[in-house]
Amino acid sequence: MVKFNRFTLDNGLRVIVHEDHTTPMAVLNILYDVGARDENPEQTGFAHLFEHLMFGGSVNIPSYDEPLQRVGGENNAFTSNDITNYYITLPSANIETAFWLESDRMLSLAFSEKSLEVQRNVVIEEFKQRYLNQPYGDVWLKLRPMVYKKHPYQWATIGKEIKHIEDARIGDVKSFFKKHYNPQNAIMVVGGDVDLQQVTALAEKWFGNIPAGEKYVRSLPQEPEQHEERRDTVVAHVPLNDIYIAFQMCDRLDDDFYAAELLSDILSRGTSSRLYRSLVKEKQLFSEIHAYMTGSLDKGMFVFEGKPLENVSIEAAEAAIWNELETIKSNGITDEELIKVQNKTESTLIFSEMSLLDKAMNLAQFELLGDADLFNHEISKYLKVPTSQVKELANKLFRKDNSSTLLYLAETAVENQTTTTQNA
Amino acid sequence: MITDRKTAPEFRTVDHINLLKPVHEELANGCNVFYFNSGDQDLVRVEWIFGNQRFNDQKPLLNLAVNTMLTEGTHGMTQAQIAEKVDFYGAFLQVDYGYDNSLVTLYSLNKHLPEILPVIGDILTDSVFPEKELETYIRNQQQKLQVSLRKNDYIARRAFNKAIYGDTLYGLGADTETYKTLNRADMLMHFRQMYQPVNCTIIVAGKIEQGTVGLLTKMFGDEWKNTAITPDTSQPGISSSPEKFYFIERPEALQSAIRMGIPAINRTHPDFPSLQVLNTVLGGYFGSRLMANIREDKGYTYGIGSGMSSLKHGGAMFIATEVGADVCRAAVTEIEKEINLLKSTLIPEDEISLVRNYMLGSLLGSLENVFSHADKFKNLYFSDLGYEYYDQYVQTVKTVSVERLRELANQYLDFDNFYKVIAGKY
Repeated sequence: MVKFNRFTLDNGLRVIVHEDHTTPMAVLNILYDVGARDENPEQTGFAHLFEHLMFGGSVNIPSYDEPLQRVGGENNAFTSNDITNYYITLPSANIETAFWLESDRMLSLAFSEKSLEVQRNVVIEEFKQRYLNQPYGDVWLKLRPMVYKKHPYQWATIGKEIKHIEDARIGDVKSFFKKHYNPQNAIMVVGGDVDLQQVTALAEKWFGNIPAGEKYVRSLPQEPEQHEERRDTVVAHVPLNDIYIAFQMCDRLDDDFYAAELLSDILSRGTSSRLYRSLVKEKQLFSEIHAYMTGSLDKGMFVFEGKPLENVSIEAAEAAIWNELETIKSNGITDEELIKVQNKTESTLIFSEMSLLDKAMNLAQFELLGDADLFNHEISKYLKVPTSQVKELANKLFRKDNSSTLLYLAETAVENQTTTTQNA
Repeated sequence: MITDRKTAPEFRTVDHINLLKPVHEELANGCNVFYFNSGDQDLVRVEWIFGNQRFNDQKPLLNLAVNTMLTEGTHGMTQAQIAEKVDFYGAFLQVDYGYDNSLVTLYSLNKHLPEILPVIGDILTDSVFPEKELETYIRNQQQKLQVSLRKNDYIARRAFNKAIYGDTLYGLGADTETYKTLNRADMLMHFRQMYQPVNCTIIVAGKIEQGTVGLLTKMFGDEWKNTAITPDTSQPGISSSPEKFYFIERPEALQSAIRMGIPAINRTHPDFPSLQVLNTVLGGYFGSRLMANIREDKGYTYGIGSGMSSLKHGGAMFIATEVGADVCRAAVTEIEKEINLLKSTLIPEDEISLVRNYMLGSLLGSLENVFSHADKFKNLYFSDLGYEYYDQYVQTVKTVSVERLRELANQYLDFDNFYKVIAGKY
């Protein structure tokens, strides 16, 4: 049970306070309700590039990191398809420094040309390091546009292509800031060794006079239901074949969300899971196989990924995954399986309360969903799911005409195939 | 009232760190147990830590493989049954192989310990490493290794460790052939010799109930016996390679991985905390000189850092990054400049005071929960150090002079003698 208090400033900034006096530290987490899904299709990767620019100095403070490090603090941020989240941890005695820094960059950035130029390069290097210069690194750049034809989830947070990042101009940066970075589009969580009264006063002092700005009203093209099988094959310089099968699934607030997570746990969480037991251990067809969901706010993806053993053909490997899916569709799951993944979920949630930062981030994200207190009721939602719902969901999701299959083939395997054909 | 946004708020520096100390018990069989009792959640983490056996270059993977395969079956339970039971009770069971020690770690809610602890007992006394599971393990590891060997940073790290640490557990870089040296008989022998009470330290952290202490004492003190063979945890001496430069060409690389550094002292040496301060200035935090120059000024990389590894029988100071292939040489030149600057010029007061505060805040922040306190203890215990080490560390961070840091830079950071590995283009 994570206790908290909540208030809203006149300018619309929502503030949540979670006192935890077992630690000498404090955390200040700000979630901005903007992610890659809010980007212009011709300027993708912008939300993430912008996150980098948030560290390039603000209107009154030339350096963000330096004064924070000077008071013993650390910070970081991440961008997803849905949100951008910034956090600071520091000794609680110095919490005001966090308010000072965060409020100034919500007020206005410095918009330095030099910072834009450097961060463009840094992000391009990040693009290369994580997506282009790694085996299988570009999978998501290829798979997303197969699953999403209308919704902006069709691009990854890093962006569609390097050129979009190269083309970013300071004017774009300014208008993005104006549109998304204001009190009405933010949720702040202050946690740790702090008290409500102190946080209320500091929030008023530092954030109270920031203009409310305009409320961004999101209106994204929704992804239509999929009714045809989609397939693609990539041949690349990788050592092993890899299969990805992605299914469209419900959004985060749908009642099926919890059943979907339990379903993915039954299929793939840990070494007692179905896919590991059957395909890695018993049938010995894969060296690794995983099922997971993207957990996005809008319509998500339920993904299977597996690397078949070298002596297993890609067709046989794909058929083996489908065989498992058909089994669960026809026979459902056992009570024992369900209790197992529910128990695991329960202990995972209890363990997550050991981390102050995790608690702060969770409160912010549940507040975005509608109410921070949802965090405290998560477990009951998992425990309520009946076996029948999991089976029904499997039937709803795992249809050929709801699938996007990407075969990521090793160059050598293809050469071997070619040779075989010639000999035949 | 107008808020003054130009001036930073007043702040305080951290003046002391309160570390939680354990209750120690030596069990009848020689196994040492340390209890850290704190926290609000009804859960514990229990770690069983074993010193690795002496490295054998003919059978270099034994320590790793035996540790990794501990969950693969006992006389009484198959891998599937072990996994099923652990998952059913919502527990997390991990095996972790480290350079000096091998760990078995259990995370569990207190209420399930009576069901779960016997599984660990079984694993530690009765693992059988079934032939079929071993084949699967070897095959899957070989596949994973093929993927890793396409990653520049992996290749660079492997070549660097090999150069610095030679034929030891620290320097080992297995290839797919190496896995063929594994066989079940060797593994069983290794297991019996290494996984014994006298070679085990148990560390328990969380909300510890009296019943938990009783269970652990009975199961891992009274019922667990040493065998007749003594574990051999001595290690061969390290001899670094005479060759200092390694270029592993990867014609299609968009980025090159750079890893460079030099053998250095470990935590037991009195200079270690001071050298950590120097390391932090160079590349140990986001605002470090390497980050400020090579990422934030030049934009050559997504990230660059330096670090110090402190191992039981050695240590190293190293710098690692991945940079655009076209700017690889330029990045190396900048790294050299930064090192030379530390040797020639005193660190300005403003910068060193920032680093001091940052390091103390970071130490305080690293003590997030009772697990972190136990982790700090492990750093001490396995280096044969006492809690005065952290008092000394805090004192050093606060007071080491910039003159002394320049001296240390000259003593330890000889760029010409650095081992340098580039994987990619150069």
